[in-house]
Amino acid sequence: MSLHKITLVSLGYFDRKMLEQVAKAVQLQYGVEVSLREEHVDINKYFDAGRKQYNGNLLLRDIDQHYASDAHKTIGLLSVDLFIPILTYIFGQAYLNGRAGIASFYRLSNERYGLESDKELLTNRFSKEVIHELGHSYRLIHCLTHRCVMQSSTYVEDIDQKLPSLCHDCKKTLGLA
Amino acid sequence: MIKTISLLIVDDEESVRDSLLNWFVEDGYQVACAENAKMALSMLENSHYDIVLADIKMPGMDGLEMLKRIKTINKETIVIIMTAFATVDTAVQALKDGAFDYVTKPFDPDDLSHLIRNASKQISLAAENETLRNKVSSLEHVEDLIGSSQAMQSVLKEVERVAPSNASVIITGESGTGKELIARAIHANSPRRFFPMVSVHCGALSESLLESELFGHEKGAFTGAVYNRKGRFEMADSGTIFLDEIATISTKMQIELLRVLESKSFMRVGGNKLITSDFRVICASNRDLKKMVEHGSFREDLYYRLNVVNITIPPLRERIEDIPALVDYFIKKYCISMSRSVLPIEAAAMKRLQEFDFPGNVRELENMIERAIVVGNGKEIRVKDLPLGKEITTSHVESLDEQEKRHIQLILNKYAWNISRAAKALQVDRVTLYNKIRKFGLKQDGKA
Repeated sequence: MSLHKITLVSLGYFDRKMLEQVAKAVQLQYGVEVSLREEHVDINKYFDAGRKQYNGNLLLRDIDQHYASDAHKTIGLLSVDLFIPILTYIFGQAYLNGRAGIASFYRLSNERYGLESDKELLTNRFSKEVIHELGHSYRLIHCLTHRCVMQSSTYVEDIDQKLPSLCHDCKKTLGLA
Repeated sequence: MIKTISLLIVDDEESVRDSLLNWFVEDGYQVACAENAKMALSMLENSHYDIVLADIKMPGMDGLEMLKRIKTINKETIVIIMTAFATVDTAVQALKDGAFDYVTKPFDPDDLSHLIRNASKQISLAAENETLRNKVSSLEHVEDLIGSSQAMQSVLKEVERVAPSNASVIITGESGTGKELIARAIHANSPRRFFPMVSVHCGALSESLLESELFGHEKGAFTGAVYNRKGRFEMADSGTIFLDEIATISTKMQIELLRVLESKSFMRVGGNKLITSDFRVICASNRDLKKMVEHGSFREDLYYRLNVVNITIPPLRERIEDIPALVDYFIKKYCISMSRSVLPIEAAAMKRLQEFDFPGNVRELENMIERAIVVGNGKEIRVKDLPLGKEITTSHVESLDEQEKRHIQLILNKYAWNISRAAKALQVDRVTLYNKIRKFGLKQDGKA
């Protein structure tokens, strides 16, 4: 079974090298064409002054409406702090078996936790998060297999425990094994 | 994660419902949403949801009111209350009304995962608990109680009728009819079934031992009382105490028992602290207690205190139609316990069993079948495997007194009523022999 092609849409300033590395990791995992698209849009309308965060639900809805298509799985890449009304923060989210998702590296950098900057680690974490949200858009739910990228993660330490790859069962579900 | 767990999210804010829906769907739960309490209650009446996640502030009906109504629909449903502003009062009220937990919006993703994981664990434990309870009570219910005869069916109906109450019960019936099994069936079908049923065989204990067994004792109460010991009444707290062979207890114990039954409190032997225990009493006797009351050997007040309900188990000879089912049951039981394949029984053997009087009742039949399986040819149970020989001619069980009388008469006749020689042969002194002759009214021309 062949999977949909993937489009990664960056919203805001991103290091080009980092984007390419993320795209490569995604391509390696799903084995489909991954294209990068840069969008320079004002995301201030998603900013919630009360919470000083960006509304993940509205962002996801707009990514789905304006950038996604039935032929692609589209993930919006962001560098801002995301929230949804019920949770204090999220790393990303996607429509289960849908067309779109979002992921942000805001809470993935070491500096956020008072540690020394580590660009490679940040790229790794971001790649895993993007692969994870794409998994949801390909209908995968959270997985209990140790180190599977589809394991639920609520802290960066959880992300570090995972591999940037799907376990055998998840691959089997997608017809990749 | 348990993938079959179903969640109902109740919140008037669409964004909250969508966020939670999305979050839980990704975790593999079955999720549904309702935008107000009325809609949620209607959904709960029509379908089952394991967990309800409800906002406390909603137009129309608030979360606390909805919580109360949910508990009337299904008290097992786990309800988690969400609020934007936590106050101690509302949190305490929610928990008092049966909420599983109380969370303040927005919550950390990790808190949400933990909360649902704990609730799921609670659901699994409740389900496991229910399964085990059903297993335990069904096992107690059917164990060894076999009988489709009208006589046995009316006994079982009586058991069913009396079990849910707290009434004292006296079970009467010949030895071996299964009085203890009936007591167990009453206990197993009563609300006390999750607490112990404590059995005391009164006939096997001397008066002082019985007192210590029933009431317990304090360290040093008597020689050998090295430790404090709980009595059977204390052990039966919230459960049932089964007093077998109640007719054998002494007058002193009858008074003690009456006092305990009336007050449900007592002191351990050698103790000075009053102990209370909530127990139900079931007694059994193979003697006619009413006759004993008439003869003055059993206290009338105790008899009426115990005899709220009387169940009489018919002897096996009065329900011979139950014999084939009992035989099949015992064959299966012993063949399985001896790791053998289940043996058939030849028709003639079954016929002979149905003609037998069974003075020892079901217990005798059970022993007979066990013996036949052990001594038989291992292919089938035959007439000759059953010890039915001369016992078939009599249903009379000779008492110890009758045997003693018959034996003394035999020896006296043998020695032509020479008292000295007869006493020597019986290994008693002459005075004892004279006393026995007087007691049994033996005469020179008497037959042994």
